[in-house]
Parts: sequence; structure tokens; C-alpha cells
Amino acid sequence: MASNYTDRQFQGTYLFDGQMAKKGYGLNKMCYTFNEQVARDEFNTDPNAYCDKFKLSAAQKDAIHNKDIIALLREGGSIYYLAKFAGLLKLNMQDIGGLQTGMSTDEFKAMLEKNGRGEI
Amino acid sequence: MANIIGAVTTSHIPAIANAMANGLEQTPYWKPFFDAYPPVRDWLNEKKPDVIILFYNDHGLEFFIDKKPTFAIGVADEYHNADEGWGIPTIPPVTGESDLSWHIANSIVDEGFDMTICQEMKVDHGLTVPLNLMWPGHQYGHVKVIPVCINCEQYPMAQPWRTYALGQAIGRAVQSYEKDINVVVFGTGGMSHQLDGERAGFINRAFDIDCLDKLVNDPEALTKYTNIDLVEQGGAQAVELNMHIAMRGTLLGKVTELHRNYHAPISNTGSGLMLLEHEMPES
Repeated sequence: MASNYTDRQFQGTYLFDGQMAKKGYGLNKMCYTFNEQVARDEFNTDPNAYCDKFKLSAAQKDAIHNKDIIALLREGGSIYYLAKFAGLLKLNMQDIGGLQTGMSTDEFKAMLEKNGRGEI
Repeated sequence: MANIIGAVTTSHIPAIANAMANGLEQTPYWKPFFDAYPPVRDWLNEKKPDVIILFYNDHGLEFFIDKKPTFAIGVADEYHNADEGWGIPTIPPVTGESDLSWHIANSIVDEGFDMTICQEMKVDHGLTVPLNLMWPGHQYGHVKVIPVCINCEQYPMAQPWRTYALGQAIGRAVQSYEKDINVVVFGTGGMSHQLDGERAGFINRAFDIDCLDKLVNDPEALTKYTNIDLVEQGGAQAVELNMHIAMRGTLLGKVTELHRNYHAPISNTGSGLMLLEHEMPES
């Protein structure tokens, strides 16, 4: 039996299943700590050292360094914890949407408006 | 006997908390969203429910993926909010209802729902935003809340048929509680949205409106979807519709829709507000 949860894939969508949860465990654990101000401060003081504390892989550290949300998803990040990383960077969900889709935040917001009106 | 007198669906996104904290309700962006709430608030203030059973999902405040319950229920007399990491204000404690919570837990575990039972449970925006939407200014302390938390983050997650059945079991548990109290059920979150990946920003207005229709008239049709179907139709986080489906499961009688507003986008989501009543058959 396959260890992936489903064989249905959707373009541009990273389903957070057991494989991803295992791969991203340290990364997500680090981002979970960002609920606490003391952890956010510690990360900001020395991001690399903080990543090492959670045994992030080289690819995960690169993605954190580059604020590359798509790479973080591919490396097992869960959007709920990545949102806390985004918060630490003072980015909101529209900023994050823009980063992932190659749009400016304003372009992404305009797309949301269009989708919200049902003009898909 | 305890009675479920009605139910509400509402969005719970954190941007709402920021909008309320900053007094933005009447700005052009937010007005179509907030203007839909007074009729629901009026109904709640008129009916004065004793207890709110609130279905939500935790977004990484209480639960991490070290141990992630599929279904969890709070049984405490008080719940606390805390820093979620991205700057929405932490809000005052939420009052619980330990006796009814334990009654529900006893009843539904015996029916086969293997709940995680929580005497301490930090509650995040999934629970706090709906309460503050219904009782602005954090005036929700008088109402007792029973949190029911559904995993919407990590697969495998409970399928819609199962969350509907959970709701039905909770509905029966409330009915079998001996004290004369009135209960309202909140299904929070959703509707269509996708936060992650190159498909981020996906919203499906037609699908959301169809779901609202089916929540009123044909909930069984929603239980035919798998979570992966919801992802396809509504985006990766549309699995939050499970909270609406669970809410609908608790309504065992004939359902009437009293109020509805659909507005999109709010932040990245389609937002569905509904107020439902149901009429129990004469026993």
C-alpha cells in the first residue's frame, strides 16, 4: 500500500500527508515555536543557529533564508506553521499569496477579487 | 431536557480580528462582510442561548503535529487564547461548560467517536473570532462554550460523512442531557480558499453557494464528497467545510434558513454566514 495519502494530485497544491509531515517535522516544529515572542527574538538574532537547533536540512535552511514559500512547502512545511514564519517576517496571507504565485501583493489581491466575483 | 435551538455558520479568519481591533468594520473592503452580522447578533441576544457548541480547527496554537487529534473536545470551565505568532490581539478567557462537555464526551465515545478529551486547551482564532463577531467588544463571557476541534491540517483527516455523523452524535447527546438549557451550534471556517502553493488564491463562488444551499436542504449530499473532492472544488483549505457539515449534523429536526450572506473575498476566502433554526418532531 502506498504511503502517500492519495494519488490524486492538483497542480500547485501540496497535500500535507504523512510523508510531508515526516519530512517537514523539524521545520514545522521550529515554526510552531514562533508562537512565542522569545523564540521569534532568538530566530531574528541568529537565524542559522536557530534552524540548526531544529536540525533543518540544507534545503530547508536555504528556503528559510530565501523566504521561498514554495520551496518550504516542497520540503514538508505545513502552511499553518509557515504562516507563523510569515508573521515573523511581517507578511500577511496576501503577501504570501503573491510570493507563491509570482505576483505583486496588489496583483494577488486583484485576483482574489476576481475569483470572489466568480469570474474564474 | 437540553435543546439545540439553532445554528450558525461563520468565517473565522484572523484578518477579521485585526479589522475589529482597528475599527475597520465600515471601510469599503469590510462593510459588505460586517453588515451581514447584526441580524444574527440580534437573534442570539433575543434567544440568549446558555451554551455554544463550537466546531473549529486549531491552526497550530494548542496542537502541533507531534500529537494531532482527529477530533478533540474541551471539557474545561475556562479556555485561554494566546499569542499565535502574527500579531492578532490576544483576547480575554472564554467560559466553558464542564458538565455538558463531559456528558457529550461520555455519550459520543460510547457511540464510537474516539475523542481526545481536553481539560486544558488554548483556543485560537478559529474559536475566538466567531465569538467576538457575535458579541463584539469581547462581550461573550456570559455564554458557555464547548469547543470541538477537528483536524483540518494533516492527512489523513476525518471525511465529511464522518464529521456529519459526529455532529449527529453530538445532537443526540445534547437531547439526552437532563438540564433545561438552550444550545446553539457554530460551524466555523471555510469556505473555498487555498493559502498554499502556486494555486493560492483559488476561490469557487458557485461551489460555496451550492454548499450553503445543501447545508440547508440536502446535507447528505455534502457527505458524499471526500476531503480530496473538497480540495479540488474549493481549494486546499476548503476541508474546513467539515466544521459546517458537523454543525449541520447536530440539527436533527426540520431546518429553516433565517439569514444568509455570502461574500468573497475576505482575506483569501469565501465567507458564508448563515443562521438556521430547526424544529424537533413532536415526541
